[in-house]
Amino acid sequence: MKKNPMENITETSPWQDLTEGSFVFGEGNSEFFNTGDWRVRTPQWNPDQCRQCLLCFPVCPDSSIPVTDSKRGDFDFAHCKGCAICAKVCPFGAITVSRVGEEESR
Amino acid sequence: MTIKDRMSGNQAIATAIRQINPDVIAAFPITPSTEIPQFVSSMKAEGLVDTEFIAVESEHSAMSACIGASAAGVRAMTATSSAGMALMYELLYVAASDRLPIVLAAVNRALTGPININADHSDSMGARDSGWIQIYSENAQEAYDNMLMAHRIAEDPAVSLPVMICQDGFITSHAIENILIEEDAPVRAFIGEYVPVHHLLQPDKSVGVGPYSISAFYMEMKRAQFEAMRNARAVIRKVSDDFGAKFGRQYGMFEEYRMEDAELAVLLMSSSAGTGKDAVDALREQGVKAGLVKLRVFRPFPAEDLAFALKDLKALAIMDKSDGFSGNGGPLGAEVRAAIYGVHDGIKTINYVYGLGGRDIRVDDFFTIFGVLEELLDGRTTDRVRHIGVREK
Repeated sequence: MKKNPMENITETSPWQDLTEGSFVFGEGNSEFFNTGDWRVRTPQWNPDQCRQCLLCFPVCPDSSIPVTDSKRGDFDFAHCKGCAICAKVCPFGAITVSRVGEEESR
Repeated sequence: MTIKDRMSGNQAIATAIRQINPDVIAAFPITPSTEIPQFVSSMKAEGLVDTEFIAVESEHSAMSACIGASAAGVRAMTATSSAGMALMYELLYVAASDRLPIVLAAVNRALTGPININADHSDSMGARDSGWIQIYSENAQEAYDNMLMAHRIAEDPAVSLPVMICQDGFITSHAIENILIEEDAPVRAFIGEYVPVHHLLQPDKSVGVGPYSISAFYMEMKRAQFEAMRNARAVIRKVSDDFGAKFGRQYGMFEEYRMEDAELAVLLMSSSAGTGKDAVDALREQGVKAGLVKLRVFRPFPAEDLAFALKDLKALAIMDKSDGFSGNGGPLGAEVRAAIYGVHDGIKTINYVYGLGGRDIRVDDFFTIFGVLEELLDGRTTDRVRHIGVREK
């Protein structure tokens, strides 16, 4: 597991503990922030209808479709914003979208 | 050896820049500061500076380039006036919140409109809340001296804030005056090498500058900026004392002129102080206990020091070279009154707006103002704010 380079700064940190000028040290730390709670709609992936054509993952603006060994897995809901572009490009109807609050609990 | 010379305020700033030899200057020409980047580009062509001169397409880009250069860890400078500073406003705030020690030579000029190219303080007063340190100069000598101190103040680890050194357009920037210039070696020894704590160009260390800050962090960042501005007061005093010890010219947060036993005084900034001092001298010869305070450092605002300096006055005229359009007078009037409120409530004050768009202020105008201070004391005048030097029916 990758280590968050800014893990000592949290939403309870006093101002004295923040970096000067909001400098961020270390790269790629955005994955440690849960931005999925802004999500307005929620996509559902149906593995039975998915042919693993992989048209969906390159269009995801938030890199929220993980791909391992040339196969996609379920959504990363810590970062998915619900834009539904993936559902739009899926030729097989394997991704459906519901409004927040309508989806089954995940 | 100090060199006696004669030059304009813009030449004085350009001389300081040659001695500072900054790594990057990004600037766009605008009257009356145009000469500064013009002189620098000539010096660059003659091999007198190593500076990378970036001829940008706007002041928005000038400050953006300075922010990029400063974030990369080098000394970055620019010069501007009036509408040019207005076009920088967004980036002025970014430079301050990113805590980048950029130095800006501001040549004060009225903001449009109506369009006008002459001196007043409406440009830099509009940027007074941007988080920049602001130091105002009475003449070319002070512009030069303040510029030599700017980097030491900006780069101090307790401060790490951008600094603008202001002088009045044309009155100071273009008038040739006698000036004392210091030699390159002692100036460079005084300023020192810049060693940034954090910067972008470190191969083994990733750094991100200027990230989005959510509500959970924004206020903490602003609180840290407040602390830096508070720290700047002691740093400015220390750097000014060091400068005085080395070069013999003493500066504080403000200058007190014949204030020892003064009962009536005016408070103002920049070039008009020279005219005011002549008026004070003349009034003193008539037995009037007149004095003058020339504010040098407007940001951080030296409220406690000012309140102490003004404590024995009976009446004070605070003079603003920009209106501010609060409907209650200019920004200097508001801040000075706030500084003495609850501390020295016995001092009668009036706020004068003067000198807009290059309107002259004369010794006679100061006599009028000191006369009104007498009227404040005996109750003949109760006005809070007036304009002077304006034609009225």
